Amino acid sequence: MAQTTSRAVRIRRGMTLPLLLLVLWEVSNRTGLVDPRFLPSLESVALTAKRELLGNDLIFDLLSSLARNLGGFLVGAVLGIAFATVLAMSPLAGRLVMPTFNGFKQISLLAWIPLISVWFGFGEQAKIVFVALACFIPVVLNTYDGMREAPKDLLEVGQALQFNARQRFLRIYLPSATPAIATGIHLGLIYSWLATVGAEYFLAVGPGIGGLVIAGRERFDMAMVMVGVVILGLVGFSLNRLAAVLESHLLRWRPPRTA
Amino acid sequence: MMSKPAHLAIHNVTRQFSVDSRTVTALQYVSLTVAEGEFITIVGASGCGKSTLLRLGAGLDAGHEGEIRHRGDVVQGPSLDRGIVFQEPRLFPWLTVERNIALGLENATVSKAEKKRLVDEHLELVGLAGFAKAYPHRLSGGMAQRAGIARGLVNRPDVLFLDEPFGALDAITKAHLQGELQSIWAKEKITMILVTHDVDEAVFLGDRVVVMSPRPGRIREIVQVNLPRPRDRTSSTFGDVRARVLQSLNGTAHVRDPQPVPTETKSVLPRPAHAIAAVG
Repeated sequence: MAQTTSRAVRIRRGMTLPLLLLVLWEVSNRTGLVDPRFLPSLESVALTAKRELLGNDLIFDLLSSLARNLGGFLVGAVLGIAFATVLAMSPLAGRLVMPTFNGFKQISLLAWIPLISVWFGFGEQAKIVFVALACFIPVVLNTYDGMREAPKDLLEVGQALQFNARQRFLRIYLPSATPAIATGIHLGLIYSWLATVGAEYFLAVGPGIGGLVIAGRERFDMAMVMVGVVILGLVGFSLNRLAAVLESHLLRWRPPRTA
Repeated sequence: MMSKPAHLAIHNVTRQFSVDSRTVTALQYVSLTVAEGEFITIVGASGCGKSTLLRLGAGLDAGHEGEIRHRGDVVQGPSLDRGIVFQEPRLFPWLTVERNIALGLENATVSKAEKKRLVDEHLELVGLAGFAKAYPHRLSGGMAQRAGIARGLVNRPDVLFLDEPFGALDAITKAHLQGELQSIWAKEKITMILVTHDVDEAVFLGDRVVVMSPRPGRIREIVQVNLPRPRDRTSSTFGDVRARVLQSLNGTAHVRDPQPVPTETKSVLPRPAHAIAAVG
């Protein structure tokens, strides 16, 4: 019982600031404090949302963005885990590649866009490559660190029990790295959503929420832009929650943290 | 004791480490012969090399001079015939208690059903039957160490090495687990070699107490404990043996300087036929 109360209180507290902002938005709009052309009223945003939802292809745009996001995320995460595993399991490969990779990750993601557009064009393929790259980097870094930090104590137990390489990997390296891998995947999920939006802005061909926002800007329809922004925020928030739930399920062997 | 063949023979073992470009002698000319089914306790101050000796015996360390033979074969690395229990339980936090114990059978050639039976049996043996599906973080220190002991025992090793297994436990839990270990040993007849810094524990559990002294680590004296089991810690005879061990530890007993054992006395063992059957 105490737990449900505290959860309700937590949600209420978390909602306070967004609600205040909404109130501020509405009040400044009604009192004429801001120009409605720059910041449309809540009502017109809601009406635009309804129009886009019923009259246009809002759902299709959203699904296109999500599909792109998911595709890029899966490619990036799978390749990232595999790549980091090879580097972590082979000390030589790790020493050869990691310094370069650490330099490579310093390059802003956006700097890749011109290259990617030349190599892959402006179509779906280029967008997925960009999203996958955004996901790949945090997944590699975290997976690599997690595996390198496998507890020496347990590796010694494995030695005493005569584990072979496969058993060492499946019984020790991989499970001990799961918290780090989960962190990498969590970050990868967030980055890949940001990258999805970025790809739709800069490689603007095809349906997507990014495209919706751009169309809104071009038509100077700020309500439409706001609809896009709100959806981007909500999807980002949901993906983050989804990752947290997945993480706590995968890591249920860990002692509960008091937070 | 002398009539039994040497089960584990440690012969003139010297182990040196380089620490900051200086050479530290952790063990010097250590020789010890252990009979099958014997319970040896090794006691000494920290730095006397007792854990090093144990790790060499278990095959987790190498680079020593001299020779360690188990059933006549030179120890050259870990073997499933030699189990080890560490001071920390070292359970895998992502596996349940039963799966942790089953790790001891990971490379043993037993059927799935047999594996399950053995794990259940050992859960029972260490009193953790109700915690088979619990993750290690749910266990108390004593329970976790019991699981560690079960993992060391489940494969029925020939020799079980225990490296200060109760060192991190409170006095009551410790006394309790010592009693349990003693009855497991009496029941299972596995050779056990336990390292401790607790004289009481050494005398309570050992057939012989090996007293070691530091810098360089060497055997100072081996004290025979001829007391019926389970032993009564409050009896005067127990007190006498404990006093004897303490005297030896404090260096009041006369001890000769470490010397290599002449090779003639090295036990020459025909390789027992059952050693082959025990491997694998």
